[in-house]
Amino acid sequence: MKEYMSPISVTVALLLASLAVTQQDTSFADKYSREAGVYAELAKAPEKTRSKRNPFENDSQAIAAGQNLFARHCSECHGNTAEGSKRAPSLRAEEVQNAAPGAIFWILTNGVVRRGMPVWSKLPASQRWQLVSFIKSLGTPSTSLLD
Amino acid sequence: MKSVYPKCASGIVVFIALIFASPLQGQESPYVVTYDHYLEEPGNLDIEYFSTFGTQRAGNDFHAFWVEFEYGVKAWWTTEVYVEGQTTFGESTLFTGYRWENRVRPLKREHLINPILYFEYERRSGADKILKEVEGHDVEADFLTPNAQGRKEHNHEVELKLILSSTVKGWNFSENFLAAKNLANNPWEFGYALGASHPLGMKASAARCNLCRENFSAGLEMFGGLGDRHSFGLKDTSQYLAPAVAWNLPSGWTLRFSPAFGLNDNSHRLLLRWGVSREISSFGEMLGRFFGGR
Repeated sequence: MKEYMSPISVTVALLLASLAVTQQDTSFADKYSREAGVYAELAKAPEKTRSKRNPFENDSQAIAAGQNLFARHCSECHGNTAEGSKRAPSLRAEEVQNAAPGAIFWILTNGVVRRGMPVWSKLPASQRWQLVSFIKSLGTPSTSLLD
Repeated sequence: MKSVYPKCASGIVVFIALIFASPLQGQESPYVVTYDHYLEEPGNLDIEYFSTFGTQRAGNDFHAFWVEFEYGVKAWWTTEVYVEGQTTFGESTLFTGYRWENRVRPLKREHLINPILYFEYERRSGADKILKEVEGHDVEADFLTPNAQGRKEHNHEVELKLILSSTVKGWNFSENFLAAKNLANNPWEFGYALGASHPLGMKASAARCNLCRENFSAGLEMFGGLGDRHSFGLKDTSQYLAPAVAWNLPSGWTLRFSPAFGLNDNSHRLLLRWGVSREISSFGEMLGRFFGGR
């Protein structure tokens, strides 16, 4: 066991260094520039995807299912009411609420990997559309019915 | 007493994290050996425990086990530490080593085939039996070495993997190609793992539930050695086929179960593998606060 201790210490040190890397970009300036960057990605969705219709449009069950999915996979970063946090931007912002459902679906599928948003294509397409239904149901802070 | 303190301290940190951290769920795949292209969410720590019970012809059966700490450094970079051990029935239980691996996603967006680059450093003894991968000419007979002898052999090894993974209509197809080099002047050894999986339900339910179909995913993986630099191919290698199932609970826990069947006489007849994992969200932030950060 003893002979393993030194390499283990090195490994733990490297792991802590990687933790430090995660902690780097938490200042407000970084946060706002990251938010702007993430919102800007919505505009990059290809026209073909942007124009896709949500198969669950006006389906209240899909909104409820999307809310469950949001609580399981998204709320930790985007906040319990999707108002945003230090880790991820608000989904009630006009940039998101005015975006085409297909553009939001595209972001969920592709992530914004260089800005911290993971790829969510591991969720089946139906579940990603259910998430889109929930996100679009939130409205902007002034119009929200959920608050 | 001196050596016990760091173990207790790290145990307490992990325990506190498990109790107080909010559960988060990343929809884990059922694979045990194969990697897909999904990385850990940034700032989250996934703690996993796995067991492998293996049958052994002409020797004692064994139970190998490992704990993984998988941390999302960035959305494009996951780092992971393994600590592993084994019990060979009728012999002994021992610690067999550790591994440090990194997975990096080079492409920004999803493509039909998504590559992930993998680098691992391992320091393990000759008694290692976790079968997290099969490489070179690893065969069942290698496991006959008694623990007392195997524990004296120490291997430093680097392992590189190319992970290719696609998700199409809910199906995930993953192909892993590995090249491993024992740093003690041994030749490069090769291996592979292939996997296909699918969730049992495509739509989420409106109500929170444990037994809903969408919480389960099932798949099949096949893995084995491909010889080494001097003798590349399937000759004198072991090969396995393994159905696998994962149950992702809304509480944040994931359970996996997978029997693996040896496909030739060089392979163990049966490996029973199971694992339990839990993802801790915002672990990086929590640790930062613990050490007085903002």
